[in-house]
Amino acid sequence: MARSVTQDISGWGNFTVESCQLFRPEKLGDVRHILADGGQPTYVARGLGRSYGDSATNAGAGVILGERLDRLLAFDPLTGELECEAGVSLAEIINGFLPRGFFLPVTPGTKFVTVGGAIAADVHGKNHHVEGTLSKFVRGLTLLDGTGRIIRCSHDEDPDAFWATVGGMGLTGVILTARIQLLRVSSAYVGVDYRRAANLDHALELFGDEDQAVRYSVAWIDCLAKGASLGRSVLMRGDHLPAADLPDHLKANPLTLARRPRTKSIPFNFPGWALNRLAVRTFNKLFYAKHKDERKVVDYDAFFYPLDGILHWNRMYGKRGFVQYQALFPTDRSRQGLRELLELLSSSGIGSFLAVLKSTGAAGKGFLSYPFEGHTLALDLPNRGARLSELLAQLDAAVLKHGGRLYLAKDSCMSAETFAATYPLLGRFKEVKNRLDPNHRFASTQARRLGIVEVA
Amino acid sequence: MSTTMETRSTDERAATVLAGAVASSTPVSPAPVLILGATSAIARALAHEMAHQGHRLVLAARDEAELNAVSADVRLRFNIDVAALRFDATDFSSHPSFFADALQAFPEGLGGVILCHGLLGDAMQARSNRDLCRQIIDVNFTSAVSVLELAAAHFEAHGAAGRAFICAISSVAGDRGRQSNYIYGSSKGALTIYLQGLRNRLFPAGVAVITIKPGFVDTAMTWGLLKPNSPIVASPQRVARDIARAIRRRSNVVYTPFFWRAIMRIIKSIPEPIFKRLKL
Repeated sequence: MARSVTQDISGWGNFTVESCQLFRPEKLGDVRHILADGGQPTYVARGLGRSYGDSATNAGAGVILGERLDRLLAFDPLTGELECEAGVSLAEIINGFLPRGFFLPVTPGTKFVTVGGAIAADVHGKNHHVEGTLSKFVRGLTLLDGTGRIIRCSHDEDPDAFWATVGGMGLTGVILTARIQLLRVSSAYVGVDYRRAANLDHALELFGDEDQAVRYSVAWIDCLAKGASLGRSVLMRGDHLPAADLPDHLKANPLTLARRPRTKSIPFNFPGWALNRLAVRTFNKLFYAKHKDERKVVDYDAFFYPLDGILHWNRMYGKRGFVQYQALFPTDRSRQGLRELLELLSSSGIGSFLAVLKSTGAAGKGFLSYPFEGHTLALDLPNRGARLSELLAQLDAAVLKHGGRLYLAKDSCMSAETFAATYPLLGRFKEVKNRLDPNHRFASTQARRLGIVEVA
Repeated sequence: MSTTMETRSTDERAATVLAGAVASSTPVSPAPVLILGATSAIARALAHEMAHQGHRLVLAARDEAELNAVSADVRLRFNIDVAALRFDATDFSSHPSFFADALQAFPEGLGGVILCHGLLGDAMQARSNRDLCRQIIDVNFTSAVSVLELAAAHFEAHGAAGRAFICAISSVAGDRGRQSNYIYGSSKGALTIYLQGLRNRLFPAGVAVITIKPGFVDTAMTWGLLKPNSPIVASPQRVARDIARAIRRRSNVVYTPFFWRAIMRIIKSIPEPIFKRLKL
C-alpha cells in the first residue's frame, strides 16, 4: 500500500486548516500506484499550495503532492517549446530559461506556483487583455484520469478533456506533464510607465484608452480611499525591453539580473492587531504618494513578483489567516460593480492592503476558466470572523447583481449557488469530468463546497 | 543489455564545444562521474550538485523512463552532457558489460563512481519473506561489491591522475544491529566494512573511497514512516551537498547531517548486555 502522512494543511490564506492524507510520488509511475492503492476515497493534486483557499486541500481524504515530480523533459531552443513535469515551478523555468532568452508567456503574480497548478487554475497575468490565459500557450498535456489511464490532450487532441482540465482545478485527474510555448525575450527587464489615477473612473478610462497596445498592464488600487478618491490607483504598463534599449550599465548582461534581490522572510505569524486600519491606511497613502508619473526600467522580479521577495508574507495576516477575494465584471457593468465593491469595502472597516485592478480580454475556451472581457479586482481580507462573513456575503451579492464571477484559485467561501449562477459551462465541465473520472476519484474541499462533486 | 544513450551524437558536439572551449582557454571541465541508482531523490540532488560543479554525468538506473526523465532534467538545467545507461543492480552478470559501457560514454572515461541505490524494504516482512530478505542484501551489499570491484580494478590500473574516487551511500543503520531493521542494517554494515577494505586497498593507487552514512532523509524511503518536518529528517539537497563536499575533500567516512556521528557514537558505546534488552 502506498504510504501517506497525515497532516494539517491549508491554502495560502491559512483560512481553513484541514487534516489530509498526503502522498508524495517521486516517480511518474507512483501516481497511478497511489490512485490504485492509496486507500483514500478521493484525491486532489497539490503543487506549491499557493491557491488561497481550499482548492488543493481534501479534508479527510487524499492529497497528492507534486513537488518531487519536477523534471524538465525537453526544450527546443528554435521554437521555445518546453516540456516538463507538472511539479516544476515557474521560478525554475525562469531561472533555467531566461538566461537563454525565454520568459513565461503568461505569469500570475507569484512565481512560486507549479506548472500543474498554473494549468489547473488556467492562470492569467498582466497581459491577459492581449494574450489570454496560460492555456492558450499550453501545446499539450498528459493527464492521469480517474480510470488510471494516461491521456494526452491539447487544443486539437481530445479538446474536451483539455478545456475541462485547464481551469478544472485538478478535478479531471492528475496533470503529469505539459508542453508550454515560452516567449522569446532579449532582456530580463521591463520598461514600465507609471500613471496615477485619482479615482476609479480615471483608472478605468486609462485602462480603456491606451491599454490594448501595451503587453502588460495592471493597477494597484487603494481600497480605503473614499468619496472623490474612491478607487485611487497607480497604473503600471510595460513590456519586455529589448536588450538594445537597456541603460548602458545593464547591457553587458541583459538576461541576468545585476544583483539578486535579497529575499526577506516573515518568520512567524503576526499578532492580530499588527495589521490595523491605521497601518493599512498609512501604507496605502504612502504608496500612492511615492509613485510619480514616470517611466522606469524595472527587473522582471520587481515587476511581476513584488511579493515573492518576502517569503511567508501570508503570516502578516496572523494565525487566523485571510481570504483573497478576486471578482470580475463584464466591461459594461464593471464601473458600477467595482464602485459597489469598493464602497462596501471602505465602509466595512476591514482593511485590505493594496488591491490589484486589471483589465481582462476575451474569454478563452476553458469550461471553468475565470477571465472574460472586463475588469477584475483582487484584494486580501484578513479573517475577522463573523464580520468577514458578513462582508463576503455583501460582496458576493454585488458580484451576482452585476453579472460578475469569482476566481476559483482565490476562492474560500463562495456558495454552490453563486458558483453555478456565474459559471454557465459547469454542466459541460461535469459531463467531461464524468467521462474522465466516472468513479469520482478526484475531489477537493472546494469542489464539495461548490457542488462540483457530490458530497459523499 | 539495453542502453539508452544519446552520447554518440552528443559526444561529437561535446568535442567541438570542448575544442572551442580549449581554444578560448576556459578551464577543461572535470572528469565525468558515474551515478548508480540515479533516480533516487538523493541521487537526483547529487546529480544537480555534480553538474553544477561542471561534471558531465553517466546516470544509471533500472527504470528507464525515470532514468530518461532525470537525465533530460540535468541536461536541460545545467546545459551539460549526460549519458543514460540502464543498470540493474541485482543482475550481477550484466555488470562487466555495463561498466565497460559507462567507461565508453565519454572519451575521458570516468573520474569517479557514486553508488546511490539501496533498498529499505519492510523490516517485518523481511523476517518471513525470504525473497525480500535476499533482495535487501543483494541490492544493498552484493550488487555494490559486484560493480565497485570493477570500478576499483579500473581505477587501480588507470587512475594514475590520482584524483579518482569511489563514493557509496551506506547508512547509520549499519553502525549497530537493532531489532527494528537488522536485515537492512547488516547489509549496510557489510557495505561499510567492504568500503573500509577497499579504501585500504586503493590508497596506494591514490583512489579515494568515501563512505557516506546518512541518517533519516526525506525521501520516498522514509515518507509516511516519519514526520517529514521533524528536525532529525534532512532534505535530499542537504545530504547531497554534504556528499559533494566529502568528494571534494576526499574524506573517508562522513555522517550526514553531521550530528549523526555523535548519536551513533553513543549508540555504539552501549554495552551489548544492556543493548540486547533495549527496544530500538
